[in-house]
Amino acid sequence: MNQIISADFIAPNIKRFKILSPKIAAKRKPGQFVIIRVNDKGERIPLTIADSDPVEGTIQIIVQAIGKTTQELNQLKAGDFISDVVGPLGKPSHIENFGTAVSIGGGVGTAIAFPTAVALKQAGNHTISIIGGRSKDYVILEDEMKNICDEVFITTDDGSYGKHGFVTDQLKELIESRNIDFVLAIGPIPMMKAVAEVTREKGIQTVVSLNPVMVDGTGMCGGCRATVDDKTVFVCVDGPEFDAHKVDFETLMRRNQTYNSQERTALDQHECKLEKYNLQKA
Amino acid sequence: MPQTLTNKERMKIPKQQMPEQDQTKRSNNFDEVNLGLTEELAKLEALRCIQCPKPTCIEGCPVGVKIGSFIGLIAEGDYLGAAAKLKEDNLLPAICGRVCPQEEQCEVKCVVGKKNEPVAIGRLERFVADYERETVGIRTPEPKPKTGKKIGIVGSGPAGLSCAGDLIQMGHDVTVFEALHEPGGVLIYGIPEFRLPKNIVKDEIDSLKKLGVNFEMNSVIGFTDTVDELMQNGYDAIFIAVGAGLPYFLNISGENLNGVYSSNEFLTRVNLMKAYRFPEFDTPVFNCKDKNVAVFGGGNTAMDAVRTSKRLGAMNAYIIYRRSDVEMPARKEEIHHAKEEGIEFTFLANPVEFIGDERGWLKSVKLQKMELGEPDASGRKRPVPIQGSEYILPVDMAVVAIGNGSNPIIQKTTPDLEFNKWGNIVADEETMKTNKKGVFAGGDIVTGGATVILAMGAGRKAAKAINDYLKE
Repeated sequence: MNQIISADFIAPNIKRFKILSPKIAAKRKPGQFVIIRVNDKGERIPLTIADSDPVEGTIQIIVQAIGKTTQELNQLKAGDFISDVVGPLGKPSHIENFGTAVSIGGGVGTAIAFPTAVALKQAGNHTISIIGGRSKDYVILEDEMKNICDEVFITTDDGSYGKHGFVTDQLKELIESRNIDFVLAIGPIPMMKAVAEVTREKGIQTVVSLNPVMVDGTGMCGGCRATVDDKTVFVCVDGPEFDAHKVDFETLMRRNQTYNSQERTALDQHECKLEKYNLQKA
Repeated sequence: MPQTLTNKERMKIPKQQMPEQDQTKRSNNFDEVNLGLTEELAKLEALRCIQCPKPTCIEGCPVGVKIGSFIGLIAEGDYLGAAAKLKEDNLLPAICGRVCPQEEQCEVKCVVGKKNEPVAIGRLERFVADYERETVGIRTPEPKPKTGKKIGIVGSGPAGLSCAGDLIQMGHDVTVFEALHEPGGVLIYGIPEFRLPKNIVKDEIDSLKKLGVNFEMNSVIGFTDTVDELMQNGYDAIFIAVGAGLPYFLNISGENLNGVYSSNEFLTRVNLMKAYRFPEFDTPVFNCKDKNVAVFGGGNTAMDAVRTSKRLGAMNAYIIYRRSDVEMPARKEEIHHAKEEGIEFTFLANPVEFIGDERGWLKSVKLQKMELGEPDASGRKRPVPIQGSEYILPVDMAVVAIGNGSNPIIQKTTPDLEFNKWGNIVADEETMKTNKKGVFAGGDIVTGGATVILAMGAGRKAAKAINDYLKE
């Protein structure tokens, strides 16, 4: 179980995995996630399922190496095994024919937005995708989005590809030029917050997918709680998607920083070990 | 000592004390606190049993262990015989010997206990289980002829494990589905190493595997497969034993500040994920070193959490309970151990607000003093707030240990299964039958949060009922 069928970098530090997991592949719906434990000392991290192939029995996840766990994950190759994969977890995306739907992905968030964009298109929406990246190298899934969406816009922070600017700049332009009925925004918290501010004024229904720290992913620990509409929610079972205009992004960002100092320790030790290993090999 | 003691002579033997790890050392480590009786102590303790012709202790045991018989074998020095006798009714004796509240169950009914201290049945149970495991390894009975019936058990906690143990011995095929990556449920994620070493849980679960029980990890029934899909996939009966699994919070301001945990999260990080060995293990937990920690609640889970925080280096570790010490539901032994380890108890105080610093980290909690009023529905005196009595206690980390509601996953994915208004599955008290044909339920998902042994009792009742049902 959980064998990696293929593993390819699609951007610097961003790797796309196909993992053999027939049950999850058959069941998963857009917006749902898995929890992965890389090895028997590893932590449990949630990752949204980017795509699946029920015939082949595989799921796709796209991982950006940031902390120790994602770095370890991104060192795995085709043929390797992942200790634990559990899912599909969380509520599927709410899909309907809204009319014109814009799916916005910032960085690796595009991978999370992708399956929902597919479903929005299938539901009959005129589907527009905005892909944002730091620079050209970080623009991912452009071809995949072009295959399924009616229109695709690209923005980069440094102007090295597509439009120079943020996804919100592109969104504002679209809103001014036509009628937008629905926005899905997935990416770094400041980006999602900025999108929410843009659409709030216009009263456009907007959904974001939250990615808090989780442990079990089944509602048992409450570690992933967030504040939505002034109420506490458990993102793992009540979400991960919520009305962007009601999410308290400040609390989410703050809670995601709970383990910053420990994560640095773990990463430093990991990189130190890696260096030693590389020196020994050299 | 001669075996032919008169009852009078037996009654004169004092209760043998449990050897414990030194209290100053143990609050710095996660090694087990109780060290277990030695052979000599166990034999002496066993001789205190007067072998009543009509023993009442068994009535107090939810799984009906033949207490007098196994204790008699210890007195004769036949420890392995005692283990075999014990395991006729309980396949998880090393676990039960450690975590069952014997003082409220078998021991409270012990005839010796009417005049003297009751026989330490729990300590003897633990002794024989440990003796067998450490000398010859856990022995399992011969496999029974197969019936060809398939039973699915949802949840690998105490109820699921005891049910699996009985059903496999009745000759059925048994598969246990577990949502987490390790089997054991609360025995693994909840109860800390210093009270229940995880290698002991693993060994007793391995003995079930040796008997042929199949375990499927990473299976969240409801998501990975639904109950209906299991039935369609050839399971003849399903036992739902998923536990409570939805932590209650206090619903007060500041509860989402950094540093506020549910007991489930705090204990899962430390126990299941082994955060106490970070960074050797990857999962972190709040750095308690030299910090002030407050745990809200008065049950065993609260004791587990506060003693864990002390071991993680907390400078001050408080239990804050809204009633008085008399109403505390935790076991006396746990409260005693906590006090020995330097835990400070504040009674008749209730948190009304968590206060954070400018970066969103918990800094203090506002407490309100309480007084006891008339008894409430639970029979305990109701705590009533004293107006104007609020005060501030500086704390860096808080753990909310006030119980669990019912996890909604099974309810949301099994539309025709009957639940009560609190989200508990409605099941017959004797047969554990639900309204859905072939589906049984027991443990905390039926009763709400209770004890390990009650869940085990439910598992055993369900096994018997499932066996009867499959013969119909």
